[in-house]
Amino acid sequence: MAKITLEHLRHSYMANPPTEADWALRRLDIDWDDGGAYALLGPSGCGKTTLLNIVSGLLKPTEGRVLFDDLDVTDLPPDQRQIAQVFQFPVIYDTMTVYGNLAFPLRNRNVPEKEVDQRVRQIADMLDLTDRLDSRASGLTADGKQKISLGRGLVRSDVNVIMFDEPLTVIDPHLKWVLRSKLKELHQEVGRTMIYVTHDQTEALTFADRVVVMNLGEVVQIGTPVELFERPEHTFVGHFIGSPGMNVLPCELADGGASIEGHRVTVANASALNEPDGVLEIGIRPEFVSFADQGLPVDVVRVSDAGRYRIVDTRLGAHSIKLLVREGESVPSERAYLRFDPERTRVYCDSRVLT
Amino acid sequence: MSKTVNQKAWFFVLPVLALVAFNAIIPLMTVVNYSLQETFGDNVFFWAGTQWFQDVLGSERFHAALGRQLLFTFTILIIEIPLGVAIALAMPRTGPWVSVCLVLMALPLLIPWNVVGAMWNIFALPDIGLLGHTLNALGWDYNFTRNPGDAWMTVILMDVWHWTSLVVLLAYAGLVSIPDAYYQAAKIDGARPWAIFRYIQLPKMKRVLTIAILLRFMDSFNIYTEPFVLTGGGPGNSTTLLSIDLVKVALGQFDLGPAAAMSLIYFLIILLSSWIFYAVMTRNEEW
Repeated sequence: MAKITLEHLRHSYMANPPTEADWALRRLDIDWDDGGAYALLGPSGCGKTTLLNIVSGLLKPTEGRVLFDDLDVTDLPPDQRQIAQVFQFPVIYDTMTVYGNLAFPLRNRNVPEKEVDQRVRQIADMLDLTDRLDSRASGLTADGKQKISLGRGLVRSDVNVIMFDEPLTVIDPHLKWVLRSKLKELHQEVGRTMIYVTHDQTEALTFADRVVVMNLGEVVQIGTPVELFERPEHTFVGHFIGSPGMNVLPCELADGGASIEGHRVTVANASALNEPDGVLEIGIRPEFVSFADQGLPVDVVRVSDAGRYRIVDTRLGAHSIKLLVREGESVPSERAYLRFDPERTRVYCDSRVLT
Repeated sequence: MSKTVNQKAWFFVLPVLALVAFNAIIPLMTVVNYSLQETFGDNVFFWAGTQWFQDVLGSERFHAALGRQLLFTFTILIIEIPLGVAIALAMPRTGPWVSVCLVLMALPLLIPWNVVGAMWNIFALPDIGLLGHTLNALGWDYNFTRNPGDAWMTVILMDVWHWTSLVVLLAYAGLVSIPDAYYQAAKIDGARPWAIFRYIQLPKMKRVLTIAILLRFMDSFNIYTEPFVLTGGGPGNSTTLLSIDLVKVALGQFDLGPAAAMSLIYFLIILLSSWIFYAVMTRNEEW
């Protein structure tokens, strides 16, 4: 059990990276508290697996340090870090039984056989594997195998952190949900730190207490699912989380306020609007846009039904603005006016929110 | 899941079937024909029944050749398989040396069999061969043309040199196909090198090793050219393996009937043992 600190972390797979883009991780400082459930969320190639491998010790960072509590583990191999990892594809020892698989990490560490038996049965019980203990691990389905991988991390009492590298990739859709809630349940039961890497926002937001959103080798925001949704600090977070993603519209400053195409918009971070240098944009989620009697004049282009609400696509000059309208509410045809919720409208400068 | 059976598919197999018939089934049936009859040439045949089979199965000469054959095959398998796996484990998985190693390994396989025999013959000659001369200079009275023990050692050494590469290449292919995650998981689980070999590498290599053992078994059981060129089956009959003996009977003595019966017995032994071996190795598998 430990608090994990990543200090000034940088990593490149090249010996002498010539440009900034050759760094898989550009600069990271993260603190993970003991016992938390964290998710690393980002598109493919954003560096999240690299980060995970650095924490587990499979990779040594080019620069920076990894601390478990106050112990510098940067140079320690995985087996000395007391970590566990569940991989994208289930890793099981084919020739062993389920019992043998779960006992393997303990036996390698010369734990007395009596204690092994006790731990294995306890963990098998947690994972609903008790009735399969004596069958060959290779005969199990993908979700069963993934449970075994997880179990091999759980049996060890000394594990600092359990890491998951997109563990549900090969699981059938209807079982994903089951396994995900099982994971959440297990986290509450064992209280271990868990770090969950995924590119699926639903998985990240349902599993984690705090989500680290990454893009292009950088952390763009760390926050609770609610914070990420209501207060995205970066337009990337706005795009990547939520469906449909946040509306991002170019804006200009006039008379100390922000406006789009000459139409004044009230924003939440108006106090920060003093002569910012960079590309200015306004971000607002479709959930916080509504039709009104006056406001931004738009043309309704398309309405798509998404079940409990409808996604309305509108146009303001060259820009598209999406909004959500609940089932049963009417949608004006052609010309209409939009109102942005001032509390949820923010100005971004070079993609970062102005503060 | 139930499988759909489409009988029409047999039509597509017909051309292959015809080909196989002409180059395997019909020649085989000719041999069956010879094995059941007696002939003195001129295409005159007399029915002999199972006489030749009884003769061959009861002959001490056949027993001795079969015994030598089994000893040879067993010895080379016991050497080549572990050695091949060990070399494959020692080979680099990435980097520029991979192709160098692979080419080096493939070289012996590219050499024609009779050339291998001739090479080793010269190599092992006691007076002028590098190996033979060196051994004698070291004080070992080595002479593979005179001493049966030396002849055996040389034949086995030659086979190991020629064919271990095949096992290496197959085992290596099995090794590189193991995803990295397995090694990473094993590291995290604290597995030591022996445990990694025992629980990851060996199980993952099982399929290719099954193929390797099967191929080496069949090939070594069939082996003819190399020992024939090297020792000619001698000294005496000491390295006369089954195939060499068969050729002696068929072409040396021109006993077509016994030779045909012997071929069939030989063929059935290989077929049966390969099948048993394969069935045992794969009994718990779904292929």
